[in-house]
Amino acid sequence: MDLTLFVWRQRGQLDKGRLEQYAARNISPDMSFLEMLDTVNEGLIAEGREAIAFDHDCREGICGMCSQVINGIPHGPQEKTTVCQLHMRHFKDGDTIYIEPWRAKAFPVIRDLIVDRSSLDRIIQSGGYASVHTGGVPDANAVLVPKQDVDIAMDAAECIGCGACVAACPNGAAMLFTAAKVTHLAMLPQGRVEAARRVCVMTETMLREGFGSCSNHYECQAVCPKGIKVSFIAKLNREYLKSFMGNPGCSTGE
Amino acid sequence: MILDGKSPSGPLAEKWDRRRQELKLVNPANKRRYKILVVGTGLAGASAAATLGELGYTVEAFCFQDSPRRGHSIAAQGGINAAKNYPNDGDSIYRLFYDTVKGGDFRAREANVYRLAMLSNNIIDQCVAQGVPFARDYAGYLDNRSFGGAQVSRTFYARGQTGQQLLLGAYGALSRQIHAGTVRLYPRTEMLDLVVINGHAKGITIRDLTTGAIRSHTGDAVCLCTGGYGNVFYLSTNAMGSNVTATYRAYKKGAFFANPCFTQIHPTCIPVTGDHQSKLTLMSESLRNDGRVWVPKKKADERKPHEISEDERDYFLERKYPSFGNLAPRDIASRAAKEVCDEGRGVGPGGRGVYLDFADAIQRLGKDKISERYGNLFEMYEKITAENAYDRPMRIYPAPHYTMGGLWVDYNLQSNIPGLYVLGEANFSDHGANRLGASALMQGLADGYFIISYTIADYLARTGPGSASADHAEFLRSIGEVDAASKKLLSINGRRTVNDFHRELGRIMWEHVGMARRRESLELALKRIPELRAEFWSNVRVPGSGADLNQELEKAGRVADFLEFGELMALDALLREESCGGHFRVEHQMPDGEAKRDDDNFCYVAAWEFRGVGKKPELHKEPLTFEHIPLATRSYK
Repeated sequence: MDLTLFVWRQRGQLDKGRLEQYAARNISPDMSFLEMLDTVNEGLIAEGREAIAFDHDCREGICGMCSQVINGIPHGPQEKTTVCQLHMRHFKDGDTIYIEPWRAKAFPVIRDLIVDRSSLDRIIQSGGYASVHTGGVPDANAVLVPKQDVDIAMDAAECIGCGACVAACPNGAAMLFTAAKVTHLAMLPQGRVEAARRVCVMTETMLREGFGSCSNHYECQAVCPKGIKVSFIAKLNREYLKSFMGNPGCSTGE
Repeated sequence: MILDGKSPSGPLAEKWDRRRQELKLVNPANKRRYKILVVGTGLAGASAAATLGELGYTVEAFCFQDSPRRGHSIAAQGGINAAKNYPNDGDSIYRLFYDTVKGGDFRAREANVYRLAMLSNNIIDQCVAQGVPFARDYAGYLDNRSFGGAQVSRTFYARGQTGQQLLLGAYGALSRQIHAGTVRLYPRTEMLDLVVINGHAKGITIRDLTTGAIRSHTGDAVCLCTGGYGNVFYLSTNAMGSNVTATYRAYKKGAFFANPCFTQIHPTCIPVTGDHQSKLTLMSESLRNDGRVWVPKKKADERKPHEISEDERDYFLERKYPSFGNLAPRDIASRAAKEVCDEGRGVGPGGRGVYLDFADAIQRLGKDKISERYGNLFEMYEKITAENAYDRPMRIYPAPHYTMGGLWVDYNLQSNIPGLYVLGEANFSDHGANRLGASALMQGLADGYFIISYTIADYLARTGPGSASADHAEFLRSIGEVDAASKKLLSINGRRTVNDFHRELGRIMWEHVGMARRRESLELALKRIPELRAEFWSNVRVPGSGADLNQELEKAGRVADFLEFGELMALDALLREESCGGHFRVEHQMPDGEAKRDDDNFCYVAAWEFRGVGKKPELHKEPLTFEHIPLATRSYK
């Protein structure tokens, strides 16, 4: 099939950026969306033009590196699918496709479709872990964990950190991302110990990094390639409130 | 030169203890004065950087991805082995050790494998403490499953995303150290050279992939945790960015490359659909626990799978290997699939595929149970193929997946260059000629969490901190060379793209240095690879500039290394005149087509020393001795 692409090109943070038009010809329905872009890039290079820069790595939907807004939807039209797993059979011959980077205050564009998502790493760095040293831990079966709790923890832990939730949110909030990590660890006895402090520091880091707040649009859930649920945001809110019980609350100044 | 693996003496079970007793310690107050460079942040790198940082060393961690959470360990699906024996089904440390040595077809170092089996239990404890949500039963205990090549249930798993969960655990530990300031992270940064001063590894030269800046980092020791070289085949299950550059450039600086021909072709991947294909997707081997592998008995049978009756099907793994059946080790299962396809009995477009059928399991356990076990894999399969594997069997075919070869290391994970340590898939040591399922995660984490912190201390304690200066001529020379290579690539301005060269190299490697290798095919590869390399350096086109983010330039550097490395791999395969594990030489097989090892002549590690591009490298040997498991022909019948 033949397609018309409008792709966001931007040299760097200081460049204004613009949509440029490209033709994608002889595209096979078995190609992934990224393989379609590979084909376009091969053509551009042959013409001596610079390839479209985009982030990608595992191409099997788990590394979370690929990040494109396709026709206005982060990761494109297919539910629970990363760009790399989106196949061209979901498009028709003659379609026009708009491809843009994640757009959010906390994700500055580096080049073309590549953005800087290190703000998500900094949210995790502030407290998204159980503070355990290597060695000196009990036998793995010493602490029992109810299956239903592990299952919920796993549902949340499946987050791949792609940032589509932020890109979809009208407020540019990272609530779903943060809530997933807060929930994952709060559901397990191993993570429970630090739950109150964790929800405070992660939430504060999130706001400091320039992410917005949640106002219940649920766009994040709609685009999440791993099907992370907004109910985890409710869980985050409960954990946040709980953290005030017997504590000075969340203004830790950290 | 005869290499010494430096295995400790004494009884097997006491070797690691004995070595730890011999190793020197670094005074806690001095640790921060030592700087360790950790390259790569997959399981091995993230766990090593976190553990070393936590101990108080000054650590710098580097990854080419935008975040350390994206190392390709994240894509491991099935699970991680440990000798916990929770199911009480006869497992033990010794049995895990035995299975791994046998599975590796007697080409691994015994002492290393025993240590790995011992540490496997600590890994599970560590990961659970970090909050890794391993599967549990209704009583709250950890669940296990069996996995390719094992007759006990020793595999711990987190749905079909075990690698992801383990990596996120290690990433959490690493993030904690970044927050604490002990580890400084350099994402979107690629190592392009190792700097060796007076015979010791003292730093690396990197390119900042965002700004294009080339600079050096000094260190008191360097840990390479940069994964395997499966992308030499172009199409593999590796991530697009996975490459040999860090280890290959260390090789060019004097580190020995061991057993490069030991590559693993994984039996259960989604078949190729066309020339546009950029990578192959693995379907976890755990699927073979419940899926049955078959092809039609008749050649070129075009009927739909459900139209082919039971007695017209050949469940070839169950037929050939009745005691292991569908769980036969990867090398064996892959070759068996290739054989039936070569006979013309393959299924799907091009006839390069076999069925993996869940109908029996769905009938026995119910669709819900199968969905609970493999739901995400079935979804992934459907996304890629538009076929529903609950209703019709999956089509699978072998694909390059893992590389057992890597930089040579001794028992302490130190390469032949003092101060250069190599961890995880990047080294060669534990899997011999074939890796068993669920062992890669185990090895990466054993190296990173529980081995390197002991062994690197011994080296550091003997050298004193801060011995390298960035003004040293070697650093300036290294920067100059890296810069010149990058400028050269940009200036060729030829007619073919980097991908085009990579694709052609991949075809040569897959056809001639792939699943079945013969003398003539290897000699042909050794002729064609240098020709292709010569063309690359005169006809590649890399647009853009070096002073900027330039993904074509990144790829070009990696493919340039693959174009040299492929030759080394073919040479190693040519000289290893035997079949063992993933290395199958057509000339060396049993009457029934099984691999024929030659222990009299090839029971050694082949460690290659670089002698110049296009020049024959020098072969060094580390003889392998098997004191505990007598050399025996591997049989899974």
